Amino acid sequence: MMKLKKDSQKGTLLNFAGIAVLFAALLVFQQSSLATPYMRGILIQCCYVIIMVTSLNIPNGFMGQFSLGHVGFMAVGAYTSALVTKALVQAGVPYTGLPGYAMFLIAVLVGALMAGLFGLMVSVPALRLRGDYLAIITLGFGEIIRVIIQNIPIAGGKGLAEGQAGQPLIGIKNFSNMYAIVGLTIVCVALMYAFVRSKYGRAIKAIRDDEIASEAAGINTTYYKVLAFTVSAFFAGVAGAVFAHRGLGTLQTSDFTFVKSTEYVLMVVLGGMGSLTGSIISAVVLSILPEALRAFAQYRMLIYAFLLVLMMLFRPIGLCGTWEFSLLDTLRGIRGHKPKKPQAPAAVKREEVSEDA
Amino acid sequence: MNPFILFIQQLVNGLRVGSIYALVALGYTMVYGIIRLINFAHGDFIMVGGYTLAFTVPLMVAAGMPAWLAVVAAIITCAITGVLVEKLAYSPVRRRGNRMSSLITAIAMSLLLENGAQVLFGANPRGVGTLFTLPNIGMFSGTTLLTIVLGALVMVALQLFVNKTKMGRGMRAVSEDKEAATLMGVHVNRTIAITFAVGSALAAVASLMYCAQYNQVTTTMGSMLGLKAFVAAVLGGIGVVPGAMLGGILIGVVESLSKAYIGTLTGGVITSAFSDAIVFAILIVVLLVKPAGILGSNAGEKV
Repeated sequence: MMKLKKDSQKGTLLNFAGIAVLFAALLVFQQSSLATPYMRGILIQCCYVIIMVTSLNIPNGFMGQFSLGHVGFMAVGAYTSALVTKALVQAGVPYTGLPGYAMFLIAVLVGALMAGLFGLMVSVPALRLRGDYLAIITLGFGEIIRVIIQNIPIAGGKGLAEGQAGQPLIGIKNFSNMYAIVGLTIVCVALMYAFVRSKYGRAIKAIRDDEIASEAAGINTTYYKVLAFTVSAFFAGVAGAVFAHRGLGTLQTSDFTFVKSTEYVLMVVLGGMGSLTGSIISAVVLSILPEALRAFAQYRMLIYAFLLVLMMLFRPIGLCGTWEFSLLDTLRGIRGHKPKKPQAPAAVKREEVSEDA
Repeated sequence: MNPFILFIQQLVNGLRVGSIYALVALGYTMVYGIIRLINFAHGDFIMVGGYTLAFTVPLMVAAGMPAWLAVVAAIITCAITGVLVEKLAYSPVRRRGNRMSSLITAIAMSLLLENGAQVLFGANPRGVGTLFTLPNIGMFSGTTLLTIVLGALVMVALQLFVNKTKMGRGMRAVSEDKEAATLMGVHVNRTIAITFAVGSALAAVASLMYCAQYNQVTTTMGSMLGLKAFVAAVLGGIGVVPGAMLGGILIGVVESLSKAYIGTLTGGVITSAFSDAIVFAILIVVLLVKPAGILGSNAGEKV
């Protein structure tokens, strides 16, 4: 017992040290000649894709309830936060320096809460269904959200009172401060990690492994499903808010189509359904790779789709399965200790369960 | 114009679109009935058929044959594509994975076909040329009436195939119980492959109707059409052949009428721009109220 407590303290310290190193690296990057607007854009993209993919992993990976309409929540977060900053700027609130950070944070929060609210509204009816039916109904909700946003005047043109339906929303302020966004990403991932490791997370994983058994064991499955879906929609809203303020200044509904949804689903699946580490890796790699391989841009989705089929054939649990990166274990591994327990059995068990479903 | 005539015209337009949806929905419903998989790539089979038409119609015209005969080539290409997708991707994944892996594979195949076509043919629309030259009959265009008649004929033929032939009986048996069907001497894998072939061939006929109407093909033409047809299949009761026909026609008519009248009915609050949302709203209501669909029930006939 003592050992465990000491371990977790050590782990916390190490993780903070890791974050500090990350920020130091970011500082160096910002000062170096590498920090062109183009490179910064890629880094920002990595950040919102990380938040989006990890949030999508909660229902799709940890809970095993396939959602295909998550960009709908991202869209809600993006448009809400953009309208909030627009309203605040219009009201004369200063948007540079410290008030700017506060404004961005408020916008992110409002956007995320709105997305969470939509997640709640969608999940209560949708989660009565399972499997492929759930996938289809979420897809339907996602499309409905997109069509509605496209047709309300305040989400188009200059927005607010001068809005024009069917137009892209323009003139969104740039809040792509590297430190703020990287910090926000770390906070989001940490919160989601805490969530999936908590009592709630365990309940959610139990639902994935066997819904009937977990219900029999006294887990209120409806409650936990709705909770996980809402939490996931909340973070998708955060991703949307970052996306809206990434610096291009415009938002259009074509950023939130069904195709985009499948792209994020693809990242979740490739990374590993039930591994936040896997989601982060695939989000970063699949955000950077297309930039690095510009010459092959037209083959990008083709290659992804091919990879996905191969993955389903040879490793259906995804790259990382349910494995999570741990700084403590890694350091121990370097020093020659064996990791405490291998993660493989969990993945094997999951396949067994799903086979007879 | 006389409002009554306008209404009739909208209704006939709805029937035309509905026939296309119904043919596509049949493909979804047959595959779902037999292997319990939403074949996301089915919409893209329409695109495969469309591009085959775009390439073979000029050849047909050059050879002095009627342009619509190109549909034979489209049917063959689509059937081969469908069987290949099943044999190369779905079947191996199904054997080792779970249902979720199959669903993901279906999404992947859809992406593969769509983006493969984009690499091969480019993103610009391609013209198909004139398929039919028919006189207008009364106030309706000949193509519209032909589409409706053709759709009805194909559906009757399919119904006969499923109910009267040995192969059709095999399909019904496999969808009922795979193991028992194997014991009764039904060749399950071959039956599944034939189901894919027939479903994809129907998509090819749908692409003929689509091209007769819009005269051009794009690489993404199948995605929204496919989704709406899927909604139609769910509405009618997925896995039920007559359900797909009913659902397709209903979705087509609702879409056409809502485009024409929803603005006036709601006082301009909901405009025709919402028509896609209306189709999905129907899906959501159906799934929540009667997930088995209009004709779906345990006693219903499944394929």
